[in-house]
Amino acid sequence: MLTVSMSVNGRKVSRKVEGRTLLVEFLREHLGLTGTHVGCDTSQCGACVVHVDGASAKACTLLAAQAEGTEVTTIEGLAKNGELHPMQAAFKEHHGLQCGFCTPGMVMSAVDLLKRNPDPSETEVREWLEGNLCRCTGYHNIVKAIRAAARAMAG
Amino acid sequence: MYDFAYHRPASLEEAERLLSGASDGTLIAGGMTLIPALKQRLASPSDVIDLSGVAGLSGISEAGGAIVVGALTPHAAVASDAVVTARVPALAALAAEIGDPQVRNRGTLGGSIANNDPVADYPAAVLGLGATVRTNRREIAADDFFTGMFETALEDGEIVTAVSFPVPDKAGYTKFSNPASRYAVVGVLVSRGPAGTRVAVTGAGPCVFRSAELEQALAGDFTAAALDAVTVAAEGLNSDIHASADYRAHLVGVMAKRAVAACG
Ligand SMILES: Cc1cc2nc3c(=O)[nH]c(=O)nc-3n(C[C@H](O)[C@H](O)[C@H](O)COP(=O)(O)OP(=O)(O)OC[C@H]3O[C@@H](n4cnc5c(N)ncnc54)[C@H](O)[C@@H]3O)c2cc1C
Ligand code: FES
Ligand code: FES
Repeated sequence: MLTVSMSVNGRKVSRKVEGRTLLVEFLREHLGLTGTHVGCDTSQCGACVVHVDGASAKACTLLAAQAEGTEVTTIEGLAKNGELHPMQAAFKEHHGLQCGFCTPGMVMSAVDLLKRNPDPSETEVREWLEGNLCRCTGYHNIVKAIRAAARAMAG
Repeated sequence: MYDFAYHRPASLEEAERLLSGASDGTLIAGGMTLIPALKQRLASPSDVIDLSGVAGLSGISEAGGAIVVGALTPHAAVASDAVVTARVPALAALAAEIGDPQVRNRGTLGGSIANNDPVADYPAAVLGLGATVRTNRREIAADDFFTGMFETALEDGEIVTAVSFPVPDKAGYTKFSNPASRYAVVGVLVSRGPAGTRVAVTGAGPCVFRSAELEQALAGDFTAAALDAVTVAAEGLNSDIHASADYRAHLVGVMAKRAVAACG
């Protein structure tokens, strides 16, 4: 066992974990933050995407110990003062989800994209979503939502 | 996944000591290959030694006509680096095509070449640009580094610290990606420069290799048309659910021509 400490959604947390504890297990089982999903557990689907020091990462393919000392943001950390993040609002407005299983990962991945590229083309959005799989929507409305969020966030 | 002792050393010396002191120690860089292997119990090390705390293993610099990329530099950093983009755009483009954005944010150059997956992209860049691999013990020429399927010249306890890529006059990389994983069904890197005229092929065989026929054809005339008359032999190439050896041989020729054309 080892003690890991990090900041999760702005809150300092410290827990005893095993070396093999994954970041996604740490978030879901140790902290009760079940918004981060596990779809494939094989680093393919992106349901588990969170931000580690501002960059999107698959929390199923990261040890909790590797995140020692970092700032982690999960889907629970996006809304501020009860108000949805513009990306969440755009997914709602543009029907960017059906069952919602892929949605937390999609939203976290998309927020990372807009940080690097505030005005992505449709092709750039689709290419960026390479690591996020959705079995419901056919992606069309997800792409629409992300581009709408880009416009909303540009002011 | 079986449990293990996790360590994060702050120096290369400490990492070496932990590695030699462990009954079955392994290094972790980005973990994009190691963690899936641990989950599948393909690996069950006693100790996992995380290199991310070791200073000086990450970053990109230019020195003496070469671009030096630290072993821990993630693919995304290589893809977007201003020096790499200006001096060796083929290398930036190759890094930008690895996997997906989250894999590129975590996966590293050192991890990729130490693993030497037969379908990985970076081995083609290291061999095709005639790079030199630096370790905690020595320098290894690309031609001597990749020794077989998932095999390299690295010895027990040896740690890749950086790769030095000589800046080529021209270089291009094109891959025919597996549509699901983005790994190379066939990827070809062509270059001409201080390391000569080189053609490195990944994905097609059990290990990245140089194609003597294609190199000869390009040595006299570095154009896609110069490759028209060359046929690549299917012998020794991989056949699997993704592609037959014959199809891979055909793709090597097509990807090589496109890579030359991409040099501009
Ligand atoms: C979904 C997915 C898609 C991918 N697609 C592609 C693709 O299209 N093309 C491609 O090329 N790759 C692809 N990859 C692999 C990716 O590029 C990995 O980053 C890379 O194979 C390993 O790098 P890593 O830093 O994650 O290494 P790790 O997983 O941390 O380590 C891999 C191995 O290398 C050893 N090692 C690590 N660093 C060093 C070092 N400095 N010195 C000595 N040994 C070391 C470790 O002990 C381990 O055995 C993909 C991976 C995933 C999960
Ligand atoms: S659960 Fe992590 S990528 Fe699918
Ligand atoms: S909304 Fe169901 S998987 Fe994407």
